[in-house]
Amino acid sequence: MFEILQKERLGPGVNRAVISAPDIARAHKPGQFIILRTHSDGERIPLTVADKDADKGTITLVWQEVGATTYYMGTMAIGEKFQDICGPLGKPTHVEKFGTVVGVGGGIGVAPLYPITKGMHDAGNHVISIIGARTEGLLIMTEDIKKVSDELIISTDDGSFGVHGFVTQVLQGLIDKGTKIDLVVAIGPVPMMKAVCGVTKKANLPTVVSLNPIMVDGTGMCGACRVEVAGKTMFGCVDGPEFDGLQVDFDLLMKRLAMYKGPELIALNNFRETPRGCKCSFPGGA
Amino acid sequence: MSDQETKPAKKPKTPRQKMPEQNPIERAHNFYEVALGYDNDLALLEASRCLQCKKPSCMKGCPVEVDIPDFISLVKSGDLMGAAWKIKEKNSLPRIAGRVCPQESQCESKCVVGAKGKGEPCAIGRLERYVADYAALHDDGKRPELPKPTGLKVGVVGSGPAGLTLAGALIKKGVAVTVFEALHELGGVLVYGIPEFRLPKAIVRAEVDELIRMGVEFKTNWVVGRIETVDDMLDKRKFDGVFIGSGAGAPLFLRIPGENLNGVYSANEFLTRANLMKAYKFPETDTPVAKGRRVVVFGGGNVAMDAARTALRLGAEQSTIVYRRTMEELPARTEEVHHAVEEGVKFQLLNSPTEIVGNDTGWAIGVNVQKMQLGEPDASGRRRPVEIPGETARIECDTVIVAIGNAANPLVPTSTKNLETNKWGNIVADLETGKTSRDRIWAGGDIVTGAATVILAMGAGRKAALSMLNTFGIS
Ligand SMILES: Cc1cc2nc3c(=O)[nH]c(=O)nc-3n(C[C@H](O)[C@H](O)[C@H](O)COP(=O)(O)OP(=O)(O)OC[C@H]3O[C@@H](n4cnc5c(N)ncnc54)[C@H](O)[C@@H]3O)c2cc1C
Ligand SMILES: Cc1cc2nc3c(=O)[nH]c(=O)nc-3n(C[C@H](O)[C@H](O)[C@H](O)COP(=O)(O)OP(=O)(O)OC[C@H]3O[C@@H](n4cnc5c(N)ncnc54)[C@H](O)[C@@H]3O)c2cc1C
Ligand code: SF4
Ligand code: SF4
Ligand code: FES
Repeated sequence: MFEILQKERLGPGVNRAVISAPDIARAHKPGQFIILRTHSDGERIPLTVADKDADKGTITLVWQEVGATTYYMGTMAIGEKFQDICGPLGKPTHVEKFGTVVGVGGGIGVAPLYPITKGMHDAGNHVISIIGARTEGLLIMTEDIKKVSDELIISTDDGSFGVHGFVTQVLQGLIDKGTKIDLVVAIGPVPMMKAVCGVTKKANLPTVVSLNPIMVDGTGMCGACRVEVAGKTMFGCVDGPEFDGLQVDFDLLMKRLAMYKGPELIALNNFRETPRGCKCSFPGGA
Repeated sequence: MSDQETKPAKKPKTPRQKMPEQNPIERAHNFYEVALGYDNDLALLEASRCLQCKKPSCMKGCPVEVDIPDFISLVKSGDLMGAAWKIKEKNSLPRIAGRVCPQESQCESKCVVGAKGKGEPCAIGRLERYVADYAALHDDGKRPELPKPTGLKVGVVGSGPAGLTLAGALIKKGVAVTVFEALHELGGVLVYGIPEFRLPKAIVRAEVDELIRMGVEFKTNWVVGRIETVDDMLDKRKFDGVFIGSGAGAPLFLRIPGENLNGVYSANEFLTRANLMKAYKFPETDTPVAKGRRVVVFGGGNVAMDAARTALRLGAEQSTIVYRRTMEELPARTEEVHHAVEEGVKFQLLNSPTEIVGNDTGWAIGVNVQKMQLGEPDASGRRRPVEIPGETARIECDTVIVAIGNAANPLVPTSTKNLETNKWGNIVADLETGKTSRDRIWAGGDIVTGAATVILAMGAGRKAALSMLNTFGIS
């Protein structure tokens, strides 16, 4: 179980792997995630199930190398196994026919956005996807997203591909044009989600975001994943990961995500000293 | 009833035998077990204190009614293996109960030797631990043969003491058992909550291995309610019965300002990082935990003591319990409070936290407290703490651990159709049989009673197993 069947690099420090996990593949619904450990001394980290094949019994994970665990995963080869994968976790996305759904994905957030986009598309929504990255080389999964979208707009911060600018500008453009939008789903770095919600709040558009707080168990037992929504404390893993973006305290989330900055660097440096660690692509080159 | 039998006239000559312990100064910095256990001589001396009452009141104090005089008599006669089997008739996890049972308020509180100021009670728990450790060390590997499989199968949600006990009782009667556990390790609170220095994880693992050897199947990383529901277990997996022993795992917070600051933990998270994820070995292991310099713990139960003592072991210079009442009302085991004091844990009593104060990077830097005094007794008979108007203070700290209790985790109850719960979200089940409002579904342990004790959870697992066997028509 949990064997890596396929693995590829999507971009600098970004990987995709297809993993054998039949029980999870069968039960998974869009918006849900898993928690894994690479080895018995490893940390439990959450990753969205970016795709699945229930018949083949596989799930697909897409991850960016940011710290010890995700770099470790970057060095794992086809045939290697994860120590544990627990899931599916979290509430599934509320999928129904809303009308026009705009999906906004930034950076690695495109991966978790994909299954939701697919779900919304399958439910008969008119799906407009806005995908952004800092530069062309960092765009991922655009082909996958294209297949499940009615319209796709790509933007890069430096203008190297598609529209020159941020995803928020593209979204603002749609709103200004008078596009009828029934729901916005935004997934990406916290500052991006915050900015998107700034735009949609003004236009009074219902907005769903998928939050990525630090987690341990993922079952509601520890409270590490506390987020504040509409002034109330919620547990990201069981009450989410999706929340009403217009009500989320993003500043708190950003502070909480920085809680282990120091130890994380120690762990990463420690990992780089191991035989496996020297093989990793640190610092970020493909 | 003859008085002589239960109330001996003579005071026993031998004093209660102390348990050897690691020196407090040393142990406050390591995770090895604090209490080291009796040796043979101490055990014999202690056993000699038992009067072998004909109507042993001690047994009434034990939730699973361990046959105390009989096992102690076997200790006296040197048959330690026999003593171990005697205990195991009622208590399948004696190495664990002998360590963590609140003996002073259960069996030992009823022992006649300690009654009415005559002296200290017979150290039943310590003897139980001694016998069980001896038996584990001298295990010859021989086991009574298991009966033929009956063809019946039961699914268990959660691998805490309730689930493990039930699994053991059923497999011994030829019922196939599969235990589904959300975490990657088996044992529930025994592995993620109770620290290594009170209950070595190897002991829990050995009990689990014994169940595996008998044929119990375990599935870890399996969150019932997400991957499959209890109804799926009955309908699709065709289990003849399901036992829910999912514990009281949802941490409560005080809902005071600042509780989401960095450096503020639930006790569950702090202890899970330290125990289950072995953060005390970081960076050898990958999971970090804030190693506070000044740690404040809210609460006064076993969980609070565990958190405060763990913080010291992780390197805190100061670890302080903040509690609303006084030392008298502390709900933690006396022995644990005593250990905490010896190790240097400080107590700020009659203080009620009102706010956690942070700096601009979002880290906790202090706790504001309201001073309290004891007023009239409340419904529980404990004197209620009331505010002293205007008297407040600030306690400087960098880490706060909230250990004020756990509620039922709603995942399993809410995903199971028509399963009756009470207003706190606990599953309603008959305390004698574990039967719930649904046919073929039993429940027991903390998910039914709310946060309680290991031995009560074990007792619930045992009773539910008997009820299941009854329902299945197996004796
Ligand atoms: C529901 C959910 C879904 C996610 N999906 C994806 C995904 O599909 N692809 C992807 O690349 N990333 C995803 N993430 C983020 C991913 O979990 C973190 O990047 C990962 O944990 C980093 O671990 P590390 O050891 O490599 O780095 P670390 O050095 O430990 O951490 C780097 C940063 O990652 C964050 N982080 C650390 N530990 C955790 C943790 N246990 N839980 C959450 N965040 C943490 C912190 O902000 C930290 O500063 C998701 C997070 C959540 C909560
Ligand atoms: C820190 C701490 C110290 C304690 N100290 C003592 C002590 O000294 N003495 C004492 O007697 N008692 C003590 N207790 C209380 C005691 O541990 C509990 O009463 C006892 O463990 C309850 O047992 P249980 O089997 O009901 O549940 P638990 O031990 O809580 O086990 C429940 C298990 O179910 C799993 N689970 C939950 N939901 C799901 C799901 N949806 N799917 C699959 N699995 C699931 C959990 O992961 C867990 O492993 C302490 C508790 C804590 C937290
Ligand atoms: S199980 Fe607990 S209460 Fe019962 S005899 Fe043993 S120590 Fe005492
Ligand atoms: S332990 Fe105490 S109450 Fe029990 S039989 Fe011995 S002396 Fe009597
Ligand atoms: S991760 Fe522990 S409660 Fe959410």
